[in-house]
Amino acid sequence: MERRSNLRSIKSWNFFFLGCHCHAIIRWDAEGPFKPLHLMNPTRLAFIRSTLCRHFRKDPNCARPFEGLKFVDVGCGGGILSEPLARMGATVTGIDAIEKNIKIARLHADLDPITSSIDYRCTTAVIKFVRGRFLLSSYILTMRAENLVEERGEFDAVFALEVIEHVADPADFCKSLAELTVSEGATIISTINRSMRSYAAAIVAAEYILHWLPRGTHQWSSFLTPEELVLILQRASISVQEMAGFVYNPLTGRWSLSDDVGVNYIAL
Amino acid sequence: MYRKKGKRKAKAVNGAVGECLKSCTKFHFIHEKGINRKPKCLHVVDNLIVLELEDDPNRTTNIPQYDIAIVGGGMVGMALACSIASMPLTKHLTVAIIDSNPALASGPCINKDDPPDPRVSTVTPATISLFKDCGSKLEAKTSKGQVGKMVDLGSLLHFDLKGGGNRYGGIGAWEYVEQHRHAYFDKMQNKDIQKTIFPTRLSSMSLHPSSSSTALDDKLSRATLLHRGNLAKLEMSDGSSLCAKLVVGADGSRSRIRELAGIKTTGWKYSQNAVICTVEHEEENHCAWQRFLPAGPIALLPIGDKFSNIVWTVDPKESSNCKSMGENDFVKAVNHALDYGYGPHPGSRLFGGGNLFTWLGADGTSSMNESFEVPPKVVRLGSERMVFPLSLMHANYYASKRVALIGDAAHTVHPLAGQGVNMGFGDAFSLSKVIAEGVAVGSDIGEVSLLKKYEADRKTANIAMTAILDGFQKAYSVDFGPLNVLRAAAFHGAQYISPLKRSIISYASGEQRLPLIT
Repeated sequence: MERRSNLRSIKSWNFFFLGCHCHAIIRWDAEGPFKPLHLMNPTRLAFIRSTLCRHFRKDPNCARPFEGLKFVDVGCGGGILSEPLARMGATVTGIDAIEKNIKIARLHADLDPITSSIDYRCTTAVIKFVRGRFLLSSYILTMRAENLVEERGEFDAVFALEVIEHVADPADFCKSLAELTVSEGATIISTINRSMRSYAAAIVAAEYILHWLPRGTHQWSSFLTPEELVLILQRASISVQEMAGFVYNPLTGRWSLSDDVGVNYIAL
Repeated sequence: MYRKKGKRKAKAVNGAVGECLKSCTKFHFIHEKGINRKPKCLHVVDNLIVLELEDDPNRTTNIPQYDIAIVGGGMVGMALACSIASMPLTKHLTVAIIDSNPALASGPCINKDDPPDPRVSTVTPATISLFKDCGSKLEAKTSKGQVGKMVDLGSLLHFDLKGGGNRYGGIGAWEYVEQHRHAYFDKMQNKDIQKTIFPTRLSSMSLHPSSSSTALDDKLSRATLLHRGNLAKLEMSDGSSLCAKLVVGADGSRSRIRELAGIKTTGWKYSQNAVICTVEHEEENHCAWQRFLPAGPIALLPIGDKFSNIVWTVDPKESSNCKSMGENDFVKAVNHALDYGYGPHPGSRLFGGGNLFTWLGADGTSSMNESFEVPPKVVRLGSERMVFPLSLMHANYYASKRVALIGDAAHTVHPLAGQGVNMGFGDAFSLSKVIAEGVAVGSDIGEVSLLKKYEADRKTANIAMTAILDGFQKAYSVDFGPLNVLRAAAFHGAQYISPLKRSIISYASGEQRLPLIT
C-alpha cells in the first residue's frame, strides 16, 4: 500500500546512508522532505501550550509549565512533538510502531540533555497489512497488553497527532487512548477533516501537486469530520472541550490557528 | 511487509568493507560535515549500514555549556542580555558574554564628574520605550535634547523638528547618550540571571553537526553519546572554551562571528571620514544641530552640562587635517562650519516666507514665525579628536544555524541621521522576543527556522532605513545647480507640509516601521 510504498521509498534511499544518524538529519531537517511537519509544529504547540495550561491550571508565562506532568506521544515518529514537550518540562514517553522512527528519535533526543530523558518505546508486535492498511489499533492493544499494563491510566495527557486517520478502527483507538490517561487527564487528537476542501488540499495539493507527502499517505475515506470525532470520543468517555483549525497561508508559508476546521484541526 | 519478532542479530563487518565504503561519496558527505573521529567498526542491520565511531575526546573534558553566548559586550550586546534577563520566559536561560574590554567585568562606573566620552549615540523615543519595557533605564550621561534643527545650506532653509511634534502630542525627547557600556551593565547586575563575563577575545568557532555514534545494542548506556554534538563550540584566545545553543554576534562592523559563520556582506565605502570629539560651550545647550555642508554634514549633539559632541563628516584628507591641527584652530573651524561659514543664515525670506505652503498645513507650524536661532558657540575642546572611516554594509542574511547577528555586525550606516545604534537596539529586542516565542513552544533556540523569524522581522525595516540614509548621503554629496534647487525644494516641502513632516519625524523616531506608509 500507500504506507508500504512510503516505507519502501524510504528503504530505497536509506541503503546509501550510513547510520541512523543520516535518517535523523533528513527527518529533522526543517527544509527537507519533512518540511510541512516542521512548519506546522510551532502552531500546534502553541495550541497545546495554551489549552493544557488552562486545563491543568498552570502559569502560561512560566518557561517550563508542564513540570511534573507525564505525557505520552502516540505515533511519535522522529520525536518532533515529544522534544518540545520535554523542553516545556513534561516527562514524555514516545511510542511508535516503526523501530527506525524510535531510533531516529532517540538519536536526536540524546543530543540535548533536556530531551535525553524522553522514554522512547517501540513494540515488536506483528504488524499486519490488511488491504494494505496499517493496523495501528491492534498494535496499541498489544502494546497495552505487553508494555503499558503497568502504566495504564497514569499519563496526565495523551497526544495522538496526525495518527487517527491512519488507524483502521478509530473507535477502538480512542478507547485505548482513554485507558492511558488518568481520570482528569487530557487527550489531544489532531487529524484532517473529511470535506471537499480537504480532498483538494490534503490529497490533491499536498500529495500530487506540491509533493509534500508521498502519494497515498492519506485515504480520504478514513478522514473524520469533527462531529464524528466528537461522537467517537464521547463513546470512549472523552469529552471534547476545545477545538481549533489550522490554516496555511501560502504567501507567508506559515500555519496559524483559526476557527476554520475545514481541513486540519486539533481537539482537546 | 513482515517483521520477525525479536531483533535481528547485528553482523559485524570487517575492516575491508569499511575501507571500501570510505571511498564512497556519501561517506565523504559525513566527513565534510565535521565528524573527525575514525570509524571503529561497521554493523549491518536490516538494510542499514551503521558505522560506529571512536569515542570523542571532547566528551570527557568539562566544557561549560550555555544557552546563549553573546560575543561583544557593547551597547547592543548588553541590551540583548538585559532584555533576555527581563522576560519571564527567557530569564532562566544561561548567558555568556564575551568581550575583551576589562572594564566590562569590573562593574558599573559612570562618574558624573568624568568628562564625557567623545563617542555619542542618538537614542530615539522608540528605543527609550523598548528599554522601559525591559525595565532598564538609560543611566549614562544624557541630555534632554528636546528639539533638533537641520540646516540645508544650499537652500537657506531649515527643518525644525520641534514644529512637527507639538501639535500631535509631542515627539518626546531625543536623548543623546554617551556610548557607555556600563549604562546597561548596571541593570543586569540587579537581575538574578545566570550570566558570565568572559573577558577575552574569540579566536574560533565550530558548529558541530550531530556527531554521535549509534549503539545498536540497547544495553549500552546513552551517556556514551556526545551530548554536546549539537552545540556551537567557541574557543577563546586565552585557551578556554564554551559551548552554546545560540551564538549571537554583537561584535561590531568587523564582526569575527560573521566571518566565522561565513556570512557575506554587501556594501561600499563612503569616501568620507567622521571626525568626532567633545566640545564645551559657555552655556548649556539643549538643541541638536545638523548642517549639511558640501563635503558632508556637521552635527552638534548635546549631552548635558555645557558639553556637546561634534560629528563632522569630511573628506579623508580634511579629516587628517582636522585631527592634526591645533586645538584653537579646530575650535575656530568648527564654529565656522556651524555658523557663519559657507553662506548666510537661513531666513524666512525665500518663497514668500513659506506662505506658499500654508494652505496645505491646517495651522502653520510655530517655527515659521520664529527668527532663525544660531547654534551655540564652541569655546574649547573637551576630549581628543577621533577619526573613523564611514561605510555602508549589510550582511546578506542575519541568521544561520546556531548563529544570529545583531547591531553593527549585521549592518552599518552613515551617521547622518543617528539611526545606526537604534537599528541595533531594534534588532536586539526583536531577537529576544523571537527567543521568548521559541521557548514558549519548546523549540531549540538555535534552530534556523526560529532565527529566520527574527531576520524576517528586522531585515525589511533595516534595508529600508539603510537605503534612505544612503539616498540622503548621495543627495547631499553632489554640488550641482539644478540638483541643489530640487533638494532645496524637497527640504522646504518637508518643513512646511505638515503631514509629510509628521511622517518623517515619526519614522525617524522609530514609531513607524516603514516610511510614508502608516
